[in-house]
Amino acid sequence: MAGGTFKKYESDGTMSGALLEWFDKRFPLTSMWRGHLSEYYAPKNFNFWYFFGSLALLVLVIQVVTGIFLVMHYKPDAAVNAAGVPVAFASVEYIMRDVPGGWFIRYMHSTGASAFFIVVYLHMFRGLIYGSYRKPRELTWLFGVGIFLVLMGEAFFGYLLPWGQMSYWGAQVIVNLFSAIPIIGNDLSLFIRGDFVVGDATLNRFFSFHVIAFPLILLGLVAAHILALHETGSNNPDGIDIKENKDENGIPLDGIPFHPYYTVKDIVGVVAFLFIFFAVLFFAPEGGGYFLETPNFYPADPLKTPPHIAPVWYFTPFYSILRAMVWNFFGLDAKFWGVVAMGASVLVFAFLPWLDNAPVRSIRYRGPLTKTLLTLFVICFFVLGYLGTLSPTPMGELISQICMVYYFAFFFGMPWWTRMDTYKQVPDRVTMH
Amino acid sequence: MSNQPKKIDCGRRRLILATAAVGGAGAIGALVPFVSSLLPSERAKAAGAPVEVDISKLGVGQMMTVEWRGKPVWIIHRSPAMLETLPKLKDAVADPDSSTESQQPAYAQNATRSIKPEYMVVIGICTHLGCSPSQKFKAGSEEGMAGDWLGGFLCPCHGSTFDFAGRVFKAKPAPTNLEVPPHYYISDTRILIGEEKKGA
Repeated sequence: MAGGTFKKYESDGTMSGALLEWFDKRFPLTSMWRGHLSEYYAPKNFNFWYFFGSLALLVLVIQVVTGIFLVMHYKPDAAVNAAGVPVAFASVEYIMRDVPGGWFIRYMHSTGASAFFIVVYLHMFRGLIYGSYRKPRELTWLFGVGIFLVLMGEAFFGYLLPWGQMSYWGAQVIVNLFSAIPIIGNDLSLFIRGDFVVGDATLNRFFSFHVIAFPLILLGLVAAHILALHETGSNNPDGIDIKENKDENGIPLDGIPFHPYYTVKDIVGVVAFLFIFFAVLFFAPEGGGYFLETPNFYPADPLKTPPHIAPVWYFTPFYSILRAMVWNFFGLDAKFWGVVAMGASVLVFAFLPWLDNAPVRSIRYRGPLTKTLLTLFVICFFVLGYLGTLSPTPMGELISQICMVYYFAFFFGMPWWTRMDTYKQVPDRVTMH
Repeated sequence: MSNQPKKIDCGRRRLILATAAVGGAGAIGALVPFVSSLLPSERAKAAGAPVEVDISKLGVGQMMTVEWRGKPVWIIHRSPAMLETLPKLKDAVADPDSSTESQQPAYAQNATRSIKPEYMVVIGICTHLGCSPSQKFKAGSEEGMAGDWLGGFLCPCHGSTFDFAGRVFKAKPAPTNLEVPPHYYISDTRILIGEEKKGA
C-alpha cells in the first residue's frame, strides 16, 4: 500500500493527460494519491469512533487559518499603553471590537482550542477501547502521544497571549513547576521565562513558540502519525488484522478504499461537528467559563492573583494530580513529586503498547474485568478533571488522591489484570453492526 | 568505485569521521548564541532598583502591597492580636524558627520574622508555584477556612496557608515560608525594600 510500487501515469493522448504524465515522471503524484487515498484499504467496519481522526485534522486547519489572521492584528507586548492597559490585552480587545469579523475569527480560534482537545480525547479513547496502540501500531501511537504533548504546549503558550489575569497566573504556576526540579530547577524556570518574573520577554518567546516552532513540530508529527498508520494499515472495532484475508489481487477482503468511501463518510462527521462547533461559537463562545475563563477578561496584574484560578478544562485532570500529591518522599518535597506525578500521568500513555498483555485488541472480545476497570478509569479521569476546576478543599483533595492512585494502578497494574481477564473468541472476519 | 568493495579504505574512513566531527562541533557551537539568547537580557538584569515605601498611613491590622522587581511585596501592620497568634502556632507551622536561611535575611530570622515586630515585610508570592496568596485575616469566620483558623493567608492556587509571619502551615504544598526581602528602615515611617542597611 503506502510506499508500495504504483505504475506511473501514462498519457491517454489528451492535453491534460500529457501534463499529468509530465508531472508524474518528476513527482510521485499518482502513487501518493493511490497509496494514501484511492488505494489505501481501510477496514469496512469503521464506526462512530473513527470520525475523530479526520476531525482533528479539520480543527488543525481551522487553528492554522484563524491563527494566521489573528497574528495580523495581535501585538505581543506587555508594556502598558496610554490608556493604562497592556498592549497585548488591548490588541485582543481591538480584534474583538474593531476589526471587521475579528470576533468571529478570534472565537473560532479559542473555541477551536477546546474543540481540538475534545476531538483528541475522543480519538485517544477510541485507541484505548479498540486496542489501536497494540503491535504493529506502537509507533503510530507514540507519534500520537507526541502530538498530544506538543498540543498541550501549544495550548499553554497560546493561553498566555491575551495577557489576561488567567494567562498571567497560569503561566506563572506552570513555569514555576520547573523550579521544583532539584538543583537546576530555579535556573531552568528563569531560562524559560527569560526574566525574573513572567513579563514581556516571556510573552514574546511564547508568541514565537505558539506561532512558529510548535506548529511546525505539530505538522511534522501529524505527517509521521499518518505515514506510520498507512504503513501498518488501520485497526478497526473488531481489532482484527484485515491483511490476513486478501483476495486474488492482494486486496484485503474486508477493506474498502479510503477514497471515496471514508472521505464521504467523514463529510458527515464534519457537518455534524461544525453544527456543534458553530452553535458553541455563536451562542456560548466562552463555553460556560470553561473555554474562556472569566478572569481572563481582566488585564494581567502581577500583584494580585484572582481568588479562584484553575487551568482551562483540558488540563484539569493532570492539574488535579499535581494538587493531589502532598507527600514528601526520599527527602524531596511534595512540590517536586507533584510535578513528577503530573508528568507521569501524561507520559504513561506512551507505555500502553507494552503494558497491555491481553490476547485480543478490541474491547468487544475482552471480559468484564477490563470493561469494569476501563469504566472506572474514565470516571476517575472525569472526576479529576472536574475537581481540577474547583478551589482546593480537604474533601476534594482526598477524592483526587483516591482517583490518582487508581489512575496509576490502572496503568501499572495492566500487565497483570490483562492476564487475569477472560476473553472471547475473535472472529476471522470483521463484523458489521 | 573500488574494484575490491569489501576492503575498507582506512584513510577515507578517518576522513569521514573527522569531517563528521568537525560538522558536529560546528552545529553544537552554533547552538550557543541561540540558547544564551533565551537567558534574561542585560536590561532585565539591570531592572530591580530598590523601592522606598511610606508606611505612616498604614493603619493597625492593615496591609499594603508595593511592586518590587515585578513582584508584590506586602507590608502588614500587625496588631497585638495578630502577633499573639504567632507563638500559638509553633506546632502547626512547618518551620517555626525560620531555619531555612534563604527565606529571610539574618535580621529577620526571629520569632516575628521582622525587624520591628509590628511591621511584617514579605514577598507576597507563594513558595509553591508563585501565586499571590489572598488575605484571610479574620479568625475562625473566614469563608473556606477551618473553624480553628487564627488568621493569615490562603494561596488560591493550591491551598497553602500562611500565618501572619508568612510561615507555612504543615502538610501544605508550599515547601518553605514566604520570603522576606532585604529591607531597612530609613526612618520610623519609611522603609527601603531591596537593599540592606549599609554597614549593618
